[in-house]
Amino acid sequence: MISRRDFLQVGMAASAVLGASGFGNWARLAAQQSLTQDQLLEFDTFGNVTLIHVTDIHAQLKPIYFREPEINLGVGAARGHVPHITGADFRKLYGIEDGSPSAYALTYNDFDVLARSYGRVGGMDRVATVVKAIRSARPDALLLDGGDTWHGSYTCYQTAGQDMVNVMNALAPDAMTFHWEFTLGSERVRELVEGLPFAALGQNIFDQEWDEPTEEFPPYKIFERGGAKIAVIGQAFPYMPIANPRWMFPEYSFGIREDRMQEMVDEVRAAGADLVVMLSHNGFDVDKKMAGRVQGIDVILSGHTHDALPEPVLVGETIIVASGSNGKFVSRVDLDVRDGRMMGFRHKLIPIFSDVITPDAEMASVIDAQRAPFESQLSEVLGQTDSLLYRRGNFNGTWDDLICDALIEEREADISMSPGVRWGPSVLPGQDITREDLWNVTSMTYGKAYRTEMTGEFIHTILEDVGDNLFNPDPYYQQGGDMVRIGGMGYAIDITKPQGERISDMTLLKTGEKIDPAKSYVVAGWASVNEGTEGPQIWDVVESYIRRKGTVTVTPNTSVKVSGA
Amino acid sequence: MSLTRRDTLALGIGAVSLAALPLRANAAVDDAIAAFTGGAAVSDGGVDLNAPEIAENGNTVPIEVGADGAAAIMLLAAGNPTPSVATFNFGKLAGAGSASTRIRLAGTQDVIAIARMEDGSFKRAQANVKVTIGGCGG
Repeated sequence: MISRRDFLQVGMAASAVLGASGFGNWARLAAQQSLTQDQLLEFDTFGNVTLIHVTDIHAQLKPIYFREPEINLGVGAARGHVPHITGADFRKLYGIEDGSPSAYALTYNDFDVLARSYGRVGGMDRVATVVKAIRSARPDALLLDGGDTWHGSYTCYQTAGQDMVNVMNALAPDAMTFHWEFTLGSERVRELVEGLPFAALGQNIFDQEWDEPTEEFPPYKIFERGGAKIAVIGQAFPYMPIANPRWMFPEYSFGIREDRMQEMVDEVRAAGADLVVMLSHNGFDVDKKMAGRVQGIDVILSGHTHDALPEPVLVGETIIVASGSNGKFVSRVDLDVRDGRMMGFRHKLIPIFSDVITPDAEMASVIDAQRAPFESQLSEVLGQTDSLLYRRGNFNGTWDDLICDALIEEREADISMSPGVRWGPSVLPGQDITREDLWNVTSMTYGKAYRTEMTGEFIHTILEDVGDNLFNPDPYYQQGGDMVRIGGMGYAIDITKPQGERISDMTLLKTGEKIDPAKSYVVAGWASVNEGTEGPQIWDVVESYIRRKGTVTVTPNTSVKVSGA
Repeated sequence: MSLTRRDTLALGIGAVSLAALPLRANAAVDDAIAAFTGGAAVSDGGVDLNAPEIAENGNTVPIEVGADGAAAIMLLAAGNPTPSVATFNFGKLAGAGSASTRIRLAGTQDVIAIARMEDGSFKRAQANVKVTIGGCGG
């Protein structure tokens, strides 16, 4: 593990790259109720170039609660390194006081208590305030969006991404890359991309038939900023046709395409780029591996795995910046770029405390306009919750436990499955559950809830397959989601074993019997990647369940036994 | 660490079953390589083999092979029931010793390329391609 001090020393030893992170400890200020916008934005402008990074917004226009993961296990070389450090260990690593605003923003402990004192986070009107403030200090700052922007809410679904396009156009990024956007279907993606006033980048977005680069998604764009030439190379999510339904964007192929990334870096360097930035939707561990293998990238702006890190991670002379998700953070990176190289940086992960940062009025009105046609649908109360509802974590979250319970009861199944996605805000105990809350954790273009029979052997194969996508020790074989969530069945997993040997002790919870490989079980699930999946939409299934219960209570889930962590 | 008799038995069974499966596949691969090389030594490296880490569709996986100065390149899918995929022969008029094709992979496995160079030596590259059910990324 690189400690903060090591990090600085490594930086100095490795090269002229000098770094500093403006990571504040605001505990005392907050105790005095005096945490201010100025303190959150405080930054001594440095060097000649500024990058602003937002990523994985998942269509969250309004402030939300978002609990960070308790369980985020690393395997192989990643074991015990950020971002695979959570809770008290994370606070210790970065010197964060228990109960402080940073503890609330970056770790999971006492979440419901801290959420009540520090309030909601995010909101694109607050993000706009932060972006404008940075631009007033550095008017030619580059704003870069790492993707997963046009997905994840009721209004985004109903407008097929138009609400987010309108809001982001008002925020005026300089470039963007992609993942869930493609689940709008390739035709809609092309339609939206054609109208974008900024660059849609992806060096790894290929034509499927000819295995050649596409015209719609150029690999990079070179900007002139602060007297320097800055190349931004896009890297879309490599495993879209595997993790999401391939039939929705059959014309496209993705992949890591490391060799081409190197070619693109060499090409932009030859074209005179002084600074090479990779705008990535690889996921953190993949970015880390790529940083060590592709030569000549100065800055990786990392997305997909939703990690929020208060300091960049240094690999060789490349810094990797991870900016969280759901609009909860904005990263500011100031760089000293001279003589064709990055000489130093200053970085700050800015948490968007929605009660501290004043909403930008212009953006607030753009957001209101997107939501106005749907306001009565969004605000309709479906029920209440007694429990904290959250999703993030490798194995289960209470939102998914609730969804799995709903699938078993509403669809009369033995076992239920919910995809291990990392998006979806939290709801506090005692709060109403609105339709907006439910759609924030379920909305997608392939949300139909299937009901089918699977043998015990096939269920085992699925768990092994997904387990290897998460725990393969080689990051290039990881897809970046979490483990598929299971209702009605317990199992044990040894994350250090190879595929085929990780999962054991599969037990049907309602009878306590071992799962029989040869026997068929009724399984209800959603988000199948297969074309032609039939069933009701998942949000209708869960809405009906919540309405029937009135108040939902989710008991702690202890049905997954993890070893090897 | 102390090994009980049961542990020893379990280890033994594990080792046997692990050894049994790949052997059969490897025999066909080894036979194909021996037939191509005539038993000559094969050195690692010097062959570019471009394959996806995870196949987007196991039924049609794009593979590129190339080696400067290759007279022929044999491509094998080590885990397929029939490992032989293709042998590309490059004549004197060939612009480059490289080829691309799409192959079907029965499951996660190694793809192997053996190049016969113009000087009669042999070079080898291999890549592991994963074939997965997928569906839960996010």
